[in-house]
Amino acid sequence: MDMKKKRNSKDMEPKRKADNTLYRIRVRPLELFLSAFIYGAASLSVFLLLGMIGYIFFKGYGELCPDFFTNATSARHGTVGIGGNLLNTVYLIVISLLIGIPVGVGAAIYLNEYAAQGRLISAVEFAIETLAGIPSILFGMFGMVFFGGVLGLGYSLLNGALTLTLMILSLIVQNTRDALRAVPNSYREGAVGMGAAKWHMIQTVLLPSAAPGILTGIILAVGRIVGESAALLFTAGSAGALPKLGQGVGEDIAELLGKIFESGGTLAIALYLQMQNGEYELAFGIGCVLIFVVLLMNWVISLIGAKKR
Amino acid sequence: MNTGKVKLKKEVNSILCGPRKNNIKESVMEAFFAACAAVTIFVVISMTLYMLINGLPAIRKAGVEEILLRTEWKPTAEEPSYGILNIILTSLIGTLSAIVLGVPIGILTAVFLAECPHKRTAGLVKPAVELLAGIPSVIYGLLGLYLLNPWMYRLERKLFEGSETHRFTGGANLLSAVLVLAIMILPTVINVSETALRAVPSGIREASLGLGASRIQTIFHAVLPAAKSGICTAVVLGVGRAMGEAMAIMMVSGNSVNAPLPFQSVRFLTTALISEMAYAQGTHRQVLFTIGLVLFVFIMMVNILLNYILKKDKESHGYEKEKK
Repeated sequence: MDMKKKRNSKDMEPKRKADNTLYRIRVRPLELFLSAFIYGAASLSVFLLLGMIGYIFFKGYGELCPDFFTNATSARHGTVGIGGNLLNTVYLIVISLLIGIPVGVGAAIYLNEYAAQGRLISAVEFAIETLAGIPSILFGMFGMVFFGGVLGLGYSLLNGALTLTLMILSLIVQNTRDALRAVPNSYREGAVGMGAAKWHMIQTVLLPSAAPGILTGIILAVGRIVGESAALLFTAGSAGALPKLGQGVGEDIAELLGKIFESGGTLAIALYLQMQNGEYELAFGIGCVLIFVVLLMNWVISLIGAKKR
Repeated sequence: MNTGKVKLKKEVNSILCGPRKNNIKESVMEAFFAACAAVTIFVVISMTLYMLINGLPAIRKAGVEEILLRTEWKPTAEEPSYGILNIILTSLIGTLSAIVLGVPIGILTAVFLAECPHKRTAGLVKPAVELLAGIPSVIYGLLGLYLLNPWMYRLERKLFEGSETHRFTGGANLLSAVLVLAIMILPTVINVSETALRAVPSGIREASLGLGASRIQTIFHAVLPAAKSGICTAVVLGVGRAMGEAMAIMMVSGNSVNAPLPFQSVRFLTTALISEMAYAQGTHRQVLFTIGLVLFVFIMMVNILLNYILKKDKESHGYEKEKK
């Protein structure tokens, strides 16, 4: 500070020399320009996000009332709502996760714990990377031809769930594998050293310590299922009817189980169809619900992240 | 980490490779895990086979030239023609423009996140980017249709006011789709490039600053070149994402087959599948599968390129990853 003061006082040194001191920061116009660009780019993404979420909520919150969540849209009854779509979304999440979690976690365990480095591992790695890169519309086409045509499922929730299982597989495998990699080797050695067999070690030591990472993968998968539309258009279809309940317990269970062989559209599909029909208020209402689910998922993931630390 | 484990396995004294217990449960579980891993390979192989089986007949029937090199798309006419060149070009040009538009913004945002001295502002941008990644594509489509298209229509009316040859699209054109795609690839580009920038050893930064370079000079002349391969990965992932996006651009691109010019209503590979799959019959349907096959080939090319970059990266930077 003292030096600066001295520099500023004119009688100390001739002015030309002062120009070259280390204390003077040269202003480069190009740099100002570039740093403005950096700040601009960063604020653009924040602005975009806030604008999008704000606009969707602003346009859609008027639609949200209890009836909207419990009714199904039906021209015959004159009702408007997303009850059926909500139920279908839950069906798809449950079935896809029921198949996807064991297979995905199993594949990750095999990759990280059993397989030796070699061709098989690189083949599986390549397969998972490929699956992560294939666009959802191609999964949809495959589901339509294979599950729908060859296996004869047609347009059904089961078809949609199987297609989605393929889509979320890479997410679950990658997250589980990362979590397993982060478990220190000493845990494994400790468990095996105490005489635990491998599967016992995995079950009691590895999986519990990798649980937060695995859970993150599962929640990401749920988010993907909720937002997916292109893969479901030709596999799960677009019906939005609610099951007819209240005919006795046995019939109700049969009805609910039978629903997996019927066509059913999720929230995202319903949004797409309403948008196509020009029903923008409804579309924004559904958008509101979707955004809410996305926010919820992100919040849960950040909670898990905070706990991990 | 991995190499360390292999070493352990090779050494006979490691407890991790002690004599296998002859336990039925153990071997059943190992077989189950192996089967799970095999499922992933099986899925990829069967998807490839199905794409080929369903996509090739149309090419064999109508000929490569007829489908891939013609621009006339009239699948339901009395004398149908199945030229998909315009659709392919739209996808390529649309993806390329979205990359040109989105990647610089994405990289600069990543620079902000990785190099920003203020922790609190970075803590505001980071969650925003993560949320942006989670927003479903139908919502991008909805907002594009409801907000972007009217603006685009106004611009279009201004630009083509006296023109008699221009067919007005109501704002649903290639430019709208490119804008939506550019926004949609942002989170991918930002996240991957940020990881790459953070992986640059701080010694490079310190050396550059110590030599008297300013912060901006350090970023653009030292840090970004050091993170080159990671940023390439980000761009390639962005290409894959933009090429495969369907629902968001379905509504905003106008969806009629035209040459890919900014103010024309266009159809992408993905949107062609969505818009016609539901009712297509016979050869028309087979040609749609050929479109799917073309998309699949593009995506596989992107994947292989990505794999190549990652492999090269691992070879040259392997030591850093091990430290983690």
